[in-house]
Amino acid sequence: MSRPASILRLSWRETRASRRRLLLFGSAISIGVATLVAIRSFTADVEAAVHRQARELLGADLLLTSNRPFTPPVEALLDSLGRQGVTVGRRTLLSSMAYVRRSDATRLVDLRAVGGGFPFYGRVETAPPGAWRALDGADAAVVDTSLLVELHAAIGDTLELGRRSFRIAGVATEVPGRLSGGFGELLPQVYIPVRDVEGTGLVVFGSRATYQALLKLDGERAARHIEALHRRLFEKEAVRARTAGDAEAGLTNSLDQLSSFLQFVGLIALLLGGIGVASGIGAFVAGKLDTIAVLRCLGAERPFVFAVYLLQAAALGLVAAAAGAALGVAVQFLLPTLLAGVLPLDVAVSVEPGAIVAGLVIGVVVAVLFALRPLLEVRLVSPLQALRKPFEDEAARPPRDPWRLAAFGLLAVGVFALAMNQADRPAVGLGFAAAIGVAIGVLALAARAATWLARRTVRLGARGARWPYVVRQGIANLYRPRNQTRAVIVALGFGVTLLATLYIVQANLLGQVQFTTLATPGQPNLVFVDIQPDQEAGVESLLAASGHPALQRVPIVPMRIAAIDGKTPAELLESPRTRPPSPWMLRREFRSTFRDSATSSERVVAGAWWHGPGAGPPYPVSLSADVAQDLRVGVGDRIDWSVQGVTVPTTVVALRTVEWARFEPNFFAVFSSAALRTAPRSTVMLARVEDAAGRSRLQRAVSERYANVTSFDVALVQATVERILRRVALAIRFMAAFSLATGALVLLGAVAAGRLERIREGALLKALGATRRQLSRILLAEYVALGLLAGLVGVGLSVGGGWAMMRFVFDVTFRLPAAPLLAVLAVTAALVAVVGIAASREVFRRTAVEVLRDA
Amino acid sequence: MLIARDLTKTYSSGGRPLTVLKEVSLEVEAGGFLAIVGPSGCGKTTLLGLLAGLDTPTGGSVLLDGSDLATLSEDGRARLRGAKVGFVFQTFQLIPTLTALENVQVPLELVPRRQDGKGEEAVVDRARTLLARVGLEGREHHYPAQLSGGEQQRVAIARAFVNRPVILFADEPTGNLDADTGARIIDLLDALNRESGTTIVLATHDADLAARAKRTLRLVNGAVAHEDGRA
Repeated sequence: MSRPASILRLSWRETRASRRRLLLFGSAISIGVATLVAIRSFTADVEAAVHRQARELLGADLLLTSNRPFTPPVEALLDSLGRQGVTVGRRTLLSSMAYVRRSDATRLVDLRAVGGGFPFYGRVETAPPGAWRALDGADAAVVDTSLLVELHAAIGDTLELGRRSFRIAGVATEVPGRLSGGFGELLPQVYIPVRDVEGTGLVVFGSRATYQALLKLDGERAARHIEALHRRLFEKEAVRARTAGDAEAGLTNSLDQLSSFLQFVGLIALLLGGIGVASGIGAFVAGKLDTIAVLRCLGAERPFVFAVYLLQAAALGLVAAAAGAALGVAVQFLLPTLLAGVLPLDVAVSVEPGAIVAGLVIGVVVAVLFALRPLLEVRLVSPLQALRKPFEDEAARPPRDPWRLAAFGLLAVGVFALAMNQADRPAVGLGFAAAIGVAIGVLALAARAATWLARRTVRLGARGARWPYVVRQGIANLYRPRNQTRAVIVALGFGVTLLATLYIVQANLLGQVQFTTLATPGQPNLVFVDIQPDQEAGVESLLAASGHPALQRVPIVPMRIAAIDGKTPAELLESPRTRPPSPWMLRREFRSTFRDSATSSERVVAGAWWHGPGAGPPYPVSLSADVAQDLRVGVGDRIDWSVQGVTVPTTVVALRTVEWARFEPNFFAVFSSAALRTAPRSTVMLARVEDAAGRSRLQRAVSERYANVTSFDVALVQATVERILRRVALAIRFMAAFSLATGALVLLGAVAAGRLERIREGALLKALGATRRQLSRILLAEYVALGLLAGLVGVGLSVGGGWAMMRFVFDVTFRLPAAPLLAVLAVTAALVAVVGIAASREVFRRTAVEVLRDA
Repeated sequence: MLIARDLTKTYSSGGRPLTVLKEVSLEVEAGGFLAIVGPSGCGKTTLLGLLAGLDTPTGGSVLLDGSDLATLSEDGRARLRGAKVGFVFQTFQLIPTLTALENVQVPLELVPRRQDGKGEEAVVDRARTLLARVGLEGREHHYPAQLSGGEQQRVAIARAFVNRPVILFADEPTGNLDADTGARIIDLLDALNRESGTTIVLATHDADLAARAKRTLRLVNGAVAHEDGRA
């Protein structure tokens, strides 16, 4: 009999009594592998689809975008391209109030004025079919179905946009380029002919319109050629050029990010599974010590014994990974159906052998890496143990076993390699690995502290307060030999941390919006923007007449940076610097205001505010601290601004932090009133109307008189913010539910690993007179205590994490949402109790006679 | 005190019935000391399990201190054991997460107590006294792993007597101990039998140990082969 063959044979026979239990240890690995395989495969499918349909996504080969009407040099270029046979389509994007007279309803919409044969690629689907062609004529609109619902309108109704009326020709169910630009999917979209925009009177000074030219060229190469040829012109005229390839790259990029996030979830499931495997294998090996001692007595060498059990771990990983890969492929094939409404393109599913092989390899590697350390115990078993049990001190391991250190090192290297494998950049991989290491390290420390505390408490409870015996026994059970209390706390605690952090962040951010606007009387909840100077008095009197006078008037002046400390943006970007200023900040349009004091949501962190209207030139200006950092300026620096061609020189005198999460008009740059009083401006006015119907009436009254004035109901904005947060929350909740499920599997594995001890102990207690009721109470106490510990660790860490996020990321005051956190704690305890007791049924089934049978 | 009539236990092994105990009858008077002896696999442990109500017989009946075990539910038998029965096992069977003192207290903790709190002190006092009686004064707060085999078995004996049982079942109590320690354990059991008048039923294959009993019952292949009574 050859050695490898006998190792194989013995490995297999040795698992006879425990195969099901071993598979349970591996189930969490299956979940992780399933996630990786499903996500990797599906991402490949979607990317292939994006590649095939890139032009359809953009609707053109090259898209030029500008925040102001194209300047004469750009228009000249477009004309000359048109003469060369290039088809040039047009699109203007802006938001506007839409009004249907028949139903007397208004709604803020994402207005898209199109012309010139847009879209060139992809299909437009409308009801009735062919309605899109109505846009070639005049006064026709094609709208989203949701708009008809919200405005109680029907096809054929008249839709008023600004000063013009449009007949609703049909609804659009699919339009290429839908997701590019504008408000995406947040506002209902309305398509009108581009030549009708002028007549609406919506495009006035200060209104935020986006102008686009769509070019139909001879493929991606031609598009790249045009882009490269005119790059200087585009940069000079602040025109952004985007080819179908760029759109593909952009989409692929976001897909990669999403995929990388989801794979990160899978990786976490894998590592939690790995902890489960380590813990389970540890208990498994502890139960095999006698067998191992006998094998050693019979002449087996240490490497032979080690190989036998290592092979078992590898086989466990392979079986678990194979099951996971099969599950992953099944999920991959289900995903297109599940996501049918969300995906903007048709995805063809195909099996990805690469993803499957990667999943299998990763599963085995994780199982072996995590099993290594507990398996090392096998080497220390002395043949003598077959004859008599070792005393405590004999069984103690050598304090500095180089093999143990090596196993730890291998594990660290392995986790790092896995993280690198998931990430596209080394820095990200390093970040992943570090984050995982820190998270699991902190959880492990917290688990250690929590178990120590529980043990102390129960000791005190035994002496002083005399807790009931079943409670003390239940908690003491957490420390029974071969217990896996800490592994379970780490695995479950992870899921709880995610879930609770999510609640804290959500509650704090949503609470912030609610707190500062809707709930507080006197805070504005209605916003009117784009009010022209000659309309100010009119809007004011309309508001006053309705009984809801303007609470705040905020002037807005659009401008760009002309120079910083005498250097133009072009010069600043060309001069080599170690930390160059952000090009986007240098070229962007600033919408600034002027006032002579800070608001309650602002805090000056450097310098000081000016007194009175501010002297000048140069005039005093205050920047938000973040913007100052992006521009690489500080207090005392000179900035020249270009306001409609007029240069306004300023000196930075104050930096402030801004609570952006509060719903108030906030600004990157605030000028002294002396600086901008005479500059061309538009005005924002804020009012408060308690009831929703009143708000809607006032909005309609203003938009009827002043078509270009757009208004927002804060309640609707808040609903939108909540919708976005909910979507993000969904992803995190998915991740949390996932790690909780993994944690539950680790718990099942832990219960399975302690099965013999549990049955023996149950039988003993029965023999000593315990009833089933007492036994079930002991188990209940044990699992509730375990769940509470895991919950406390998770909630505790999340409070710390949530506080840090509020303080350092969102910069808002932290409030503790006690009720949901207590609920999370209770749910965790209940979950653990149900899973634990369900998995311990055997204790009740076995009769007390087992206690006589284990010699 | 203990009367067994025609006890039979049949297991199903690989689909075939396997009778491990055939119509065993016995009687032990109050304060008696019975040793059940016989070679390995003769059914000693099975018989002990049936007598203590840990398992239910296929046929026959057991009357323990006047209670017919067949009429009791599993929990009813557990309560009966808690009130009247003590156990000593070959492998000691201490709960590893509890100290010596706490292990001794377990049988008392399982019994509902008075609410005035005095019961608590009584429990601890009784457990301490018994630990002192088995010679483990000062070791109350040690965990089982910190005690030698003989000491663990003495803790187990203290536990067995803590609820003042009327009958004590011992299964190979010296099986895991060296000869000297085993002898001391038996001396202890013997002394406690005399002091408290507790009836003892002991299963063993150790002839020396069996010789200390007042009566012996020899089992061969699940049936009574020989009964020898000196008292």
